[in-house]
Amino acid sequence: MSDAPANARAQILDGIRRSLRRGAISGPARQAVEDRLALPPRGPVISRTELAPPEKVALFCHWAETNNATVARVAATDVASEVASFLVRNNLPAEVAMAPSPQLADYDWGGQKMLSVRRGRGEASDLVSITGAFAAIAETGTLVMASGPEHPVTLNLLPDTHIVVLRERDIVGGYEDVWGLLRQRYGKDRMPRTVNTITGPSRTGDIEQAMELGAHGPRRMHIVVVRE
Amino acid sequence: MESTAHHFRQNVGTALADPNLQDSLAKLKVGFSERRRQAAERLPEFEALRDRARDIKNHTLANLDFYLEEFERKVLALGGHVHWAPTAADARRIIGELCRGAGARTVAKSKSMVAEEIALNEHLEEIGIEPIETDLGEYIIQLRREPPSHIIAPAVHLTKDQVADTFLEHHRKLGFTKRLTERNDLVAEARYVLRQKFVDADVGLTGANFLVAETGSSMLVTNEGNADLSNTLPRMHIVLASIEKVIPTLEDAAVLLRVLARSATGQESSAYTTLNTGPKRPGDLDGPEHYHVVLLDNGRSGVLGTEMQEILRCIRCGACMNHCPVYGAIGGHAYGWVYPGPLGAVLTPQLIGVEDAGNLPNASTFCGRCESVCPVRIPLPKLMRHWREREFERHLTPTAVRQGLALWSFVARRPRLYRRLAGLANRMLALFGRAEGRYRGLPLASGWTRFRDFPAPPAGGTFHAQWSRRRP
Repeated sequence: MSDAPANARAQILDGIRRSLRRGAISGPARQAVEDRLALPPRGPVISRTELAPPEKVALFCHWAETNNATVARVAATDVASEVASFLVRNNLPAEVAMAPSPQLADYDWGGQKMLSVRRGRGEASDLVSITGAFAAIAETGTLVMASGPEHPVTLNLLPDTHIVVLRERDIVGGYEDVWGLLRQRYGKDRMPRTVNTITGPSRTGDIEQAMELGAHGPRRMHIVVVRE
Repeated sequence: MESTAHHFRQNVGTALADPNLQDSLAKLKVGFSERRRQAAERLPEFEALRDRARDIKNHTLANLDFYLEEFERKVLALGGHVHWAPTAADARRIIGELCRGAGARTVAKSKSMVAEEIALNEHLEEIGIEPIETDLGEYIIQLRREPPSHIIAPAVHLTKDQVADTFLEHHRKLGFTKRLTERNDLVAEARYVLRQKFVDADVGLTGANFLVAETGSSMLVTNEGNADLSNTLPRMHIVLASIEKVIPTLEDAAVLLRVLARSATGQESSAYTTLNTGPKRPGDLDGPEHYHVVLLDNGRSGVLGTEMQEILRCIRCGACMNHCPVYGAIGGHAYGWVYPGPLGAVLTPQLIGVEDAGNLPNASTFCGRCESVCPVRIPLPKLMRHWREREFERHLTPTAVRQGLALWSFVARRPRLYRRLAGLANRMLALFGRAEGRYRGLPLASGWTRFRDFPAPPAGGTFHAQWSRRRP
């Protein structure tokens, strides 16, 4: 038996077909699975996601806090001052790594004279990062980050403290709503390199099943929800 | 990893006599199962989601070749590579060659049961590449040179004090000379030590909870964030996944995610659920330049279309072992190979042979708790029974057991004889002394009474006798 790659592929696929007692799928059966891929059927409706926008925001905040994040709800004009005050309240340095996104650039960072901002990817030595979010899921208090030049993945992972600026309009009910938004933005078959969905700070239960925060990712997550 | 499943009986003896293990298992029994129950109760749709999850996996398995080809097509379209590995040896060779090609000295690994299944770490070490486990539990047991004892909590058999001793022994050379006593200090020290290893690693290797055919994405569910660092910082990201991990669409993933975290740890959602699709894109400031997926068969395609097919629905949540009275008594190591608990009792004979692992499906009381909590409704007791039957058919069962079963079936097929013998046994037991309600020793039953008392039958004769008296 040769171990050339093409043979290995055929070996596995033929093995599957032999076990299922059929050849490659063709005809109407193939049409059916192709249709299922083209128009994905949804699972059971999750009643707690079927909410009007204001309740969605409240549900998101509830689950984010349950999962050990902290939440502040402020007007767009107060985003920068909330961030500065959060850093002071928690005794953190006024130095942040910020995602190079135009949406974040619109807030009044210049008004915070003490705050020093570096725009770019995250580094292992960063203590605080600030990013936006592609969307957020009310069902579980989950943030959705889509990677790209404007949102490096390292900012979600390396710093000790992750501050996320989230617009109320980007909060949706359930996971399925996020898939819809991703397809709208990137195309049906084209995901960004990385989509991180993040629910609270990093944690581990690997020592005696007791929850400890800050295993490898951020120890602390603060979500600034921008009122609209 | 080398199997010790054939030493199951000795393994059990050792496990029952290990006080540290028994302490740890006592915590496990209440922790996971109680949290799962609460999480399920918080979601009114939970049972409907389990039905749907089962149907999604059944649909996928019936069309597995189609979805694997679709997945491959999408990965290739975005600049990734797909490698097909019929056997464990093929997967080891492919990954070894990829690492060498990347000039790798170290590989940052995120917990992967499939990597354990193919004994990847041993292979990498043989070819001079250092694998670094980055999941905290896996890191602890890698330092101790132990196999995982649970599929989602690999170090669940250890106490905090054992972890503290292990860290002191291995971190001393890095300048950490104080023995730690608090859990958060242990976590912080591991974070510090591993952070530099992430930065230095040439290759990141992860498993996958799901492979999404629609988008060509690998999906990873973790709490620590180690998998995300593994797939972001190194130049090359290798995903190792078995073929039954593929699912059709993102909508299907949403259903499976909802039952996975709740069944595993009782969380509404784990901290990180990540979709990776291909290598970094033009303009990206981070991410790997190379993205490879290794698809492992290792006997799974042969399970399709057989009475054991349903085990391929498994999404590796660990609920069956968390709720198993046998796992709760002996822990994971006694099972002797990668997959413990009811899942292992069904899967291990399949993957390494019933000759070696025939004791595992026998180590069950068939209480059915595993099936009652399985998020994809795998009938685990039924599948274990299939193995017992196959073991019997192949004459692997010990002679004494075969003769006992033959005798029992002879009697059970003759109702009048059965009743007479049962009545006799009942009267004999009464003679031995019913007063205490139990027996400390019985002839022919020392295997049982050496460890526990045998309950005395209540007064009033056999069940049959009582039934015929009370029937209206």
